[in-house]
Amino acid sequence: MDYEQLKEKINTISDMLIKVEQTLPKRLYLLCESENAYKVSKFLFEDLKARFVTTTGIDSDDCYEIIYHFAYDQLSTFINIKTFIRDRNKPQIESIAPFIPGAEWIEREIHDTFGIEFNNHPNMRRLILADDWPDGKCPLKKDYEFKKLR
Amino acid sequence: MKISLKKPVLAIGPLHPLQEEMEFFQLTVDGEIVTDIDVRIGYNHRGIEKISETLQFDQVPYLISRICGICSASHPLAFVQAVEELAGITPPDRARYVRTIINELERIHSHVLWVGLAGHFIGYDTVFMWAWKYREPILDILEKITGNRNNYGNVKVGGCREDIDDSIIGEMLKELDKIEKKMNMLTKAVLDDPILQARLKGVGILTKQDAIRYAVTGPTARGSGVDIDVRRDDPYAAYGELDWKVITQPEGDVFAKAVVRLLELFESIKIVRQALKKLPGGPIAVEVKQIPAGEATGHTEAPRGETFHYVRSDGGNRPVRHKVRAPSYVNVPSFKASCIGTNISDVTITLAAVDPCYSCTERLAVIGGSKVTYDGKELLRLSRGKTEQLKKQLGFKEGFKFE
Repeated sequence: MDYEQLKEKINTISDMLIKVEQTLPKRLYLLCESENAYKVSKFLFEDLKARFVTTTGIDSDDCYEIIYHFAYDQLSTFINIKTFIRDRNKPQIESIAPFIPGAEWIEREIHDTFGIEFNNHPNMRRLILADDWPDGKCPLKKDYEFKKLR
Repeated sequence: MKISLKKPVLAIGPLHPLQEEMEFFQLTVDGEIVTDIDVRIGYNHRGIEKISETLQFDQVPYLISRICGICSASHPLAFVQAVEELAGITPPDRARYVRTIINELERIHSHVLWVGLAGHFIGYDTVFMWAWKYREPILDILEKITGNRNNYGNVKVGGCREDIDDSIIGEMLKELDKIEKKMNMLTKAVLDDPILQARLKGVGILTKQDAIRYAVTGPTARGSGVDIDVRRDDPYAAYGELDWKVITQPEGDVFAKAVVRLLELFESIKIVRQALKKLPGGPIAVEVKQIPAGEATGHTEAPRGETFHYVRSDGGNRPVRHKVRAPSYVNVPSFKASCIGTNISDVTITLAAVDPCYSCTERLAVIGGSKVTYDGKELLRLSRGKTEQLKKQLGFKEGFKFE
């Protein structure tokens, strides 16, 4: 498949996307609402056969961002699904772990570090935080105060 | 995990008895057969992503080379590539070659280390002694180039810190010839051994389908027939200009992973040799003024698989978000697919086959029902006992036993 065909394939799901950005020749960002992230990930993983790499959680000023990184190795391209969770009080998103078991750990980690709920996750327990860590203290949030490191 | 008292749970950890990191495996067993596995991590979490947000772009490579002592070249390289992508910097040719040489030497010493450890676990201490002995000259070469045997600290945004002195290239090439001969001997000794074949073939199989679902990378994926390698799929440094090939094996068992690693050694030696011969002249770094706002991804092929870094900048001198995904993070959960249905005596080597970085100490206990406590020696005894049994079955006679 060449780049044009990839673009055509991505256009078939354009109703689920807000925008497609190409920051560099080999880096694509598909922006979508958080309700559609599950379907877009499923499309990339099952229809395009892209390789799941990882998920990144980011605490932006007014929302949480979740970026699903997929590698499309035959075109040396990273396809990133960027989605926004605007409800900061009760952040939640659909889990992709039911069809990508490789995403199970990273979703547990994002749950630990950002407090984001992943609905329908098969095994939502703590991954990296200790059992006696207080609930609701999420270390990667920007408002988390931690002792000065240096 | 709720531990049911009806089903015996075999706990390995939290300090893994044989390897060198703190991870806790709870195996639910039915007799000798593993029916479920639960992995707990986080005992050694250092919050590197958070610390990275407090450091400047040129300080971060020092921090992240300490994520792993062995992958201390590939982590910084992935980060630096992401930042260079963000700032639109192309490193000079010589820097790309120096990066390639250091990364490949790292792969050689890491794979040799694994071969040694794997040999030790199944009762082949000679393999262990050989492998670790032959690993030393590689570390010496790395020390000559960067000043350190590990934690090289040689890569920076825009190029490299230390150059390779042209006068030692001849010496390094000679050393590589010697290493290649020894690796040949080691590879033949391991791959042609009938007992090792009987011991490792068909053990801990990870199917191609599971490898894709669990998103595993590196030799773990290539040993299951998944043909991926960042060095070829998204060429970085100088890999696109050198002649080498990706090794894959379709079987998915421990033996296939050993084959992939051993044959990759020769490809790596080939890459280093070519890179040393083609090493272009010129500067090793360009000046970097400012990192603009934006986001970028960088990935490299570490010895254990793909290392992935995501960096976001707001135009200041520190990253606002730095995400790191090390290869073992996706390789370890695949135990759920490869360990279930295997015998307890095969678990040690199956867990070791993805080459996770573990810490060796000594606690293994059976909880639930009986109160038997084993230690690391017991794990070794189980694993080696099976090898001994196979030797007997194959009519192998022990000539001399040194206790």
